[in-house]
Formats: sequence, C-alpha cells, structure tokens
Amino acid sequence: MPQSPAGTLTSQQKTSSRRPAGTLYRGREGMWSWVLHRITGVAIFFFLLVHILDTALVRVSPEAYNAVIAQYQTPLMGLGEVALVGAIVFHAFNGLRIILIDFWNAKYQKVMFYVVLGLWVVTMLAFVPRHLINVFSH
Amino acid sequence: MATTLEAPRSPYARSARKNGVNWEKWGWLYMRVSGVLLVVLIFGHLFVNLMVGEGVSALNFAFVSGKLADPFWQIWDVAMLWLALIHGGNGMRTLVNDYAATPLTRGIFKTAILAAVVVLIVLGTLVVFTFDPCPAGAAFADLNPKFCSAL
Repeated sequence: MPQSPAGTLTSQQKTSSRRPAGTLYRGREGMWSWVLHRITGVAIFFFLLVHILDTALVRVSPEAYNAVIAQYQTPLMGLGEVALVGAIVFHAFNGLRIILIDFWNAKYQKVMFYVVLGLWVVTMLAFVPRHLINVFSH
Repeated sequence: MATTLEAPRSPYARSARKNGVNWEKWGWLYMRVSGVLLVVLIFGHLFVNLMVGEGVSALNFAFVSGKLADPFWQIWDVAMLWLALIHGGNGMRTLVNDYAATPLTRGIFKTAILAAVVVLIVLGTLVVFTFDPCPAGAAFADLNPKFCSAL
C-alpha cells in the first residue's frame, strides 16, 4: 500500500493542531453533515422496507390496502411524515453536496452545507403547512 | 500528527487481486448515479402523493390503482424500487462494515440486508406488473370508476 493513497480527500483549508489533516469528515460541518446523512439514511431505509410491504397490499385486496393506508392519515403518522420528508430532503440535498465535493471541489464543502440547510428550510416551509392542513382538516 | 484516510472508493486490501474488478469503486459510483436519479424520482413521488390535491388524506386503493394502471407510473415506481433498495442496502452495508466488530456479526447483518433487498425487489416488481385495478369480488365503492365502470 502506498503511504498516502491517491484520490484521498484533502481539505484545502488550514487545519488547526487539534484536528487531524487529510479528512473533511472530522469536526464541525463536515462531520455533522456526515452524521446526519447516516442517521437519515438508516431511517429512510427502514421506512422503505415497511412502505414496500404496505404498498404490496394493493395485490391482496382494496380493503386491506385501505385499512393500512388509513393509518398513514392519522395525526400521529401525519407528524411522522413531516419527519420522514425532512429526513429525505436533507439526505437528498446533502447527497448532491457529497457529489459536488467528490466531482467538483471539496474547498466549498462548508458553504455547501449551509446551502443544504437553507434549501432544506425552504423545502420544508413549502411542504409542512400544506401537509399539516391535509392531515388535520380531515 | 497527519492522519490520512483512504478514499471510500478504494478497494479493500484483500480484494486488490491480480485481475480483480474494483467493486468498491463501482458501488461508490452507483451511490452517486442512483442518488441523482432518486432525488428526481422521490421528489416527484412525494409531490404527486403528498402535495397535489388533498395529499396524504386522498390516498386509497382507487388513487393508487389510477397510478399503477398507467405504464408511466409503473416504470417510475419500479425504477424507484430497484434504485432505492440497492442504494439503501449498499448504504447499510457501509454501516455494517463500520460498526459490526466481528466477521460473524458482519456476515449475519449483511446476509439479512441482502435477503431483505432481494425479497422486496422481487415482491415489489411482481406487485407492480401483476396489479389488477379491478379485482374480482371487491366492493365497487373501493375501486377507481375510471377503470372499473364496466363491472
């Protein structure tokens, strides 16, 4: 193995003596975006498993599907859907940020993290009020 | 102390074989390509199911059969199914590699992930392509009148 493998991500910024060089993924924006990406990814994966099973009920009977999908329309699950969409939107925008870090320029990873957070807020402002009205007015 | 981390697309030392395919690299690339496609597919899915009309409270068998009777949404949903499950399964594999400490637990978790992904891809694909919007014996009130008026 070479001592420093080619293709390793290196941060362009100066690193302080308390942080190891050679990684964007330890400390501050680089680390917290990574932590959130993992947590949201796992949450979405387990929802996906359940969601495929509930959708498969269309093949059982309309009654079975309607009975289960009605559970998604309760106030509690309505709030759960806000959390789910929040996780998906973060994972999506931060995933695009990771692609830009890898294929474009790692130098802008911090500012791109705040762009991700900003786009997340805008998207959730568009989604949450409308969704909550749909959930709580029925 | 300068610490260097290998890029996540580097092959494992043991898999750097003479003629070996660098699967880790292709997996790394798959996450990015499928990720871009999934942003489009899932945002579209969420918009149509949760934002248009009355959103989640309008979902029922009639709504879903209206979509799944349309080849456009069949392809959309099956593409989402395959891309998302493989993306999610590969992501979970990364976590198992990071956090499962022994070869035995890694093997158990990865086998479980693979089994879940394969079973759900097969199940979901069969459901989409064998779906009947007007199943016999169903109450007419539950069905989509656009397809089932002839009953």
